[in-house]
Amino acid sequence: MDFSLMVRVFPFFLEAALVTVQISALALVIGLAAGSLGAAAKLSRSRTVRMIGTVYVSVFRGTPCLIQLFILYFGGPQIGIHLDAFAAGVIGLGLNIGAYMAESIRGAILSVDRGQAEAARTIGFGRAQTMRKVVLPQAARLMIRPLGVNTVALVKGSALVSTISVVELTYTAQRFIGSTYKPFEIFGVAALLYMIIVYAVARVVDLLDRRYALS
Amino acid sequence: MQGLDFSVVTPYLGLFWMGVWWTIVLTVTSSILSFFSGILFAVAVLYAPAVIAYPVRFFMWLFMGTPLLLQLFLIYFGLVQIGIDIPALGAGIIGLGLHFAVYNADILRAGITAVDPGQSEGARSIGFGRWQTLRYVVIPQAVRNTAPPIGNNMIALLKESSLVSVIGIAELVHAAQLAISETFRPFEFYITAAALYYILNLVLEAGLRQVEKKVEVSR
Repeated sequence: MDFSLMVRVFPFFLEAALVTVQISALALVIGLAAGSLGAAAKLSRSRTVRMIGTVYVSVFRGTPCLIQLFILYFGGPQIGIHLDAFAAGVIGLGLNIGAYMAESIRGAILSVDRGQAEAARTIGFGRAQTMRKVVLPQAARLMIRPLGVNTVALVKGSALVSTISVVELTYTAQRFIGSTYKPFEIFGVAALLYMIIVYAVARVVDLLDRRYALS
Repeated sequence: MQGLDFSVVTPYLGLFWMGVWWTIVLTVTSSILSFFSGILFAVAVLYAPAVIAYPVRFFMWLFMGTPLLLQLFLIYFGLVQIGIDIPALGAGIIGLGLHFAVYNADILRAGITAVDPGQSEGARSIGFGRWQTLRYVVIPQAVRNTAPPIGNNMIALLKESSLVSVIGIAELVHAAQLAISETFRPFEFYITAAALYYILNLVLEAGLRQVEKKVEVSR
C-alpha cells in the first residue's frame, strides 16, 4: 500500500465527494417528489391516473438506471431535450429512485390499519382530510426506513453519472486508477469517502426513525 | 432535432440478439456465483473462527457501502496489478457475483439464524455431524425461507449487469453503443435496449414466481 499516494490524491477526492453529495441531494429531492406523485397516482381513484403511475413505476424499475441516463443525456437532444451532464445525471437518478420511492411510500400508506381510515370517515372526515390528518401522519413513520434504504442506494447509484462524464467520486477514481496504476490505493480512498457519506445517511435515518417511532 | 426513426434499428437486430445472449449469460453465471458465495460468506460469518469471520465481515461491509461500478474498476484493473490477468468477461462475472454475494449473504445470515434451533438439535441427536447438519438440514431451510429476497437480488443483478459495458463486455448496452457509433442515433438504440431489458425483466420475474411457488408447495 502506497499511503503517500493516498494522501496526495485525497484533496481531489474530497472535492469529488462534494459533487457526489450534491448530486445525491438534488436527486433525492426529485426522487421524493416523483415518488410521492407516483404513489398518489397508483392509489388514485381514476383508472387513467392509476395507469400512469403504474407505467412510470414499472418502466423505471424494469430497466437499468444506466440506460435511463443514456436515453436522457445522449438521446435527449434528438427529442429536443438539451441537458448538461450534471442536470441529466440529477434528473435521471431522481426519476429512477423516485420509482422505487413510490413503492416505499405506497407500501407505507397501505400498511396503515384500514380501521383508522374507516373510523375517520365515520366521524365525518372527508377523503382528503382522512388521508392528510389520519393516514399520512401514521404512514410517514413507516416510510422512514424504506426511504432511507432507497437513499443509500441512490448515493451508491450516483456512481453511474461518471459514465456521462460528471466528475464525481467514481469518475475521479477511474481517472486516477488509469494514471497511477494503483487500483487498490485509489479504491481505498474512494471507498472511505463513500462509506462516510453512506454512514452519515444511515445515521440521519436512524435519528429520524427513533425520533418519530411509535412510543 | 432530427426526428425519430426506429427503422434504423432493423439492420442491427443481429447485434442486439448477441447483446441479449451475453446479458443472459452474465446474469445466469453471476447469479449462480453470487448464490453459492453468498452461502459461503454467511456460513463463514456465523460459524468460522474469528480470523476468517472478521475479514469476511469487513469485506461484506466494504462491498455493501461502495458502488458496484467502483468495484468493477477495482477488479478489472486491480487483478491485473497483482498478476492475475483475466479477460473482461471474467472480471465482470466476478464483480457482479461478489457484489450480489454480499447482499445474498446478509439475507442468508438472517435466514440461517431464523431456522428453528430444534431442527439442528434434532439432526445432531440422530447422529448428523456439525457440517452435515448445516448442509442437509439448516441451509436448505434457510434458502427456502429467503427465496423471495434472493430472487429480488437476481432481478437487480439483471439490470446492474448493464454496468459491465464500461469494461467492454459485449452485452446489451455495449451492443447499443456499437450501433450508435455507426448511426449516431442514441435515442432509438437505447430505447430498444431498454425495451429488451424490460422484456428480460418480465421473463425473469415470471420465472422466479414459478420457483417461489414450487418452494412454497414442497414446504
